[in-house]
Order: sequence, then structure tokens, then C-alpha cells
Amino acid sequence: MKKSKTELTTEQKIKRRNFISFTIFGAYAAAAYGGWRWLYKSPDETPGITAGAHQPLRKALNKTELFFRRLTFNENHLVKTYPREMAAKKIRHNSDIGSEGKLPPENWKLQVKKANGETLQITLDELMKLPKTEITYDFKCVEGWDQISHWEGVSFRDFMKHYQLDAEANMGYVGLETPDKQYYVGIDMPSAIHPQTLLAYQMNDELLNGNHGQPLRLIIPVKYGIKNLKRIGTITFSNSRPRDYWAEQGYDYYSGL
Amino acid sequence: MKVIKEKHPLVMRWTHWVNFPILAIMIWSGMLIYWANDEYSITLFGHTYVRFFPDWYYQWLHIPQRLAEGMAFHFLFMWFFALNGFFYVLYTIISGEWRQLVPNRHSFKEAWLVLLHDLHIRKTAPPQDKYNAAQRIAYTAIIIMGVGSLITGLAIYKPVQFNWLCWLCGGYHLARIWHFVLTIGYVLFFLVHVVQVILAGWNNFRSVISGFEVVNEQPQPVVENNSNEDEKV
Repeated sequence: MKKSKTELTTEQKIKRRNFISFTIFGAYAAAAYGGWRWLYKSPDETPGITAGAHQPLRKALNKTELFFRRLTFNENHLVKTYPREMAAKKIRHNSDIGSEGKLPPENWKLQVKKANGETLQITLDELMKLPKTEITYDFKCVEGWDQISHWEGVSFRDFMKHYQLDAEANMGYVGLETPDKQYYVGIDMPSAIHPQTLLAYQMNDELLNGNHGQPLRLIIPVKYGIKNLKRIGTITFSNSRPRDYWAEQGYDYYSGL
Repeated sequence: MKVIKEKHPLVMRWTHWVNFPILAIMIWSGMLIYWANDEYSITLFGHTYVRFFPDWYYQWLHIPQRLAEGMAFHFLFMWFFALNGFFYVLYTIISGEWRQLVPNRHSFKEAWLVLLHDLHIRKTAPPQDKYNAAQRIAYTAIIIMGVGSLITGLAIYKPVQFNWLCWLCGGYHLARIWHFVLTIGYVLFFLVHVVQVILAGWNNFRSVISGFEVVNEQPQPVVENNSNEDEKV
């Protein structure tokens, strides 16, 4: 039986539209919930240079960081500096993994592994003869606190120039490790040779003490504190990402500010 | 006679319901991050009234020791939060819906009357269009707050590269405080919003899913009218 199309009554229209909308809404809610469960229960990444994050989240972190790095990173963007009087007298101490206790400078030499296989052995005295760079800036911890502090040392740029590490400067990354290899960080080269990156041996007016990475530490204002390795033992150069202590614990590898 | 009255456009309904879980995830992951340096409280004359947050609260929601996880979630869902919000604002501008939403010169005075009415202090509410004056203010404010969260968020996220944003927010500390206060604002908004939705009833709630409301229209009596010029109803 063919029936010509009749106008739906208002009541029918209401029912029909409610049915369609609520079905779609229900499907959306279920999909959203399912998607969330999937993400929340997604397996951790295979441990490697980075570890400890859900696999899809690690992918997103890397992509996001790359996006912001390409969009914004510029070595002309300097970290804001402050008058020296504003620097904290007592510098906050959060962790000393790999730098416990004391290591007097006379018992220490910086090992720099060059691209050609040669290893430079550099004493603190030699470093202190290089042009000195000072900075008073707001040190920022990934936990969310910050502190204005004053540091003195050799800018990483000057250091590279002085030791003629030109081939190395063309590589992608710098790896730094403590003498006992307990703490280690990887830094992308543009951040390493940022003009405010220091190999610091002094904070305020004193040489670094046991708590703060005696005798030499990295001060890299364009990164969170987790990248500011205390007590540098060795410096290496590579084109792939060097191992990084906190990137292995779910944190972003780049951790740039 | 029952009549279907169109109320909310499709884009508004979708962006609303997409925003809801995203904002929830942003607030939750934000708490995972905040926990690592939970220094805020409301303290007046040496007495602390509220500490953000008490231990029982952290334990209850399993917040402690999840900073890295919180950052990973936060920096993924920030994209969806921003894009969804951007899309909504763009739609509102292009469609002309903003005219219904943005407060006009009467809104601030009227919003007060709406409030008195909602609190049952006053019997009548001022006449309204799609949204009353209080809604106009609230729904515009929440969009401005969203923009504020993006700006303060970017300022904390890349304080060196976006140092001008950081400066705009009054520095790193203030940016983090604003970011936190805005989030508290969302929670308060949510509480009032839900109460209002419950009070407004089913017809209103349905309109944010189906798009329409059902109204009872009186059959229009034919009125003799001498002037033919005012025929617009």
C-alpha cells in the first residue's frame, strides 16, 4: 500500500529528533569514555632513551615539544636577568643524585670525549682561566618552584671555541654525566650553545660546594632544573639523543622553557 | 498547542559537550602537576582558611607522585581544549550568535535583577532574549577565562620563549597563580551551572542535546488593527 507522505505531527517530530540526538549523544559519550579508558590503560613505551610514559602520550610530548621548539626557540631569546642583589643567599637544594658528598677540584678532571676519539682532560684551574660569564636569573624547577640565583663560570659557547670543538658543535646533542654515572642528561646543541648556558664553578661568591655540584655543574637557563646537571664528569657529543635521567622516568626529553 | 522552538545550534552543542570531558582532564592533570609544588592557600591575618589541597583530598584522588604523568596528559589535552574553544569562538562570531551572548549596556544592571529573581527575593525577572543578562555575563566570562588559561598556561609552559606573555601576566609567579585561580573559577562556575540546569528543568537541558525546546503557544487571536505599519510581532 502506498501512502503519500504525510506531515509529521509536532509530537512525532519531537520524538524523532529526541531519538536521533540522544542516540548520537549516547554514542559520543560512550566513545569518549572508551577513548579515555584506552588512553589511560595504554601500555608504557618500550624503555629506551625515554621511558616511563604511556606510549601515545610520549609520542604527543615529542611532537608538541618539536612544534614549540620550531615555533619559538631562538637563541636571541635571552632569559630574563636580575640585579645581583636579588639573588638568593641560600640556594635551594633539591637532589644530589650522582653528586653526594664532596669532590675537591684537585681530585677531579673534566673528561671531554671528542668526535675523533680523543679525550681531553681539563682541570678546574684551566677552566677558570677562560673568560668568565656571570648570570643572575630565575632558576625554574619542573616541580613548579623557582629561585633567583647567581652563577659564575665559563659559557659553554666560549668553552667549545677555546677547545676548538668545531666538529662537535655541528653535532645534534651534548651528553653530560656525573663521574659515578648516576645522573646524566642530554641537551640539544642549540640549547647547549645558547649564550647563557654555563659550565659553572661558582655560585654567589663561593666555589661550588658539595650540595651544588662541586666542582663544576651545568647551568642552562633555557631548561628546567632537571637538565642542570651537578658535578660534571664527562661531556660527550652525538647525533642521537644521549641518555637522560628524568626522560627515563616519564618526563619530556627536551624540557625547554 | 505544542510548538518546537529552535534554541541551540549544532556547533554550540558539540563544542559544549566536547569541552566538558577535556576540561575535566585538564583540571585533573593540572592537579597532578600542582601537587609537586602545592604552595597556595587562602590565608588572612595569619589564619589559613583553605589549603590547596589537604592530604585527605590528595589521597582520595590518588594525586601524589604523578608529576610526569600529569604533564604528559596536560600537554596533550591542551591542544584539544584550545582548538575546541577556538572553533566555538570562531563559529559564534561568524554565525552572529555572539549578539545573543555578549553582554550589552543593560546586562550588568539586569543581571542583578536576575540574581534577585533566582534567589526568590524579587518576583519578576527582566524580559530576555535567548539568554538572560546573568547568562550573557557568565557565558562570555567563561570564554574570556578560557583565553586567560591559554595565555597564563603558555606563559608558565615556555616562560623564556614567550617571555612577553610572562611579562603580560605579571611574571612567572603571578602567571601560575592566575592559572590556578582560573581553574578554581571553572569549578565554581560548574557548580552554579549544574544547579541552574537542574532548576531550569528537562526542556532546557534537552535543548543542549537536541537543540530545541517545546513551548506551548496560545493560538493567536486575530486582532483588529487600524495601523498597518506595526505589523511586525
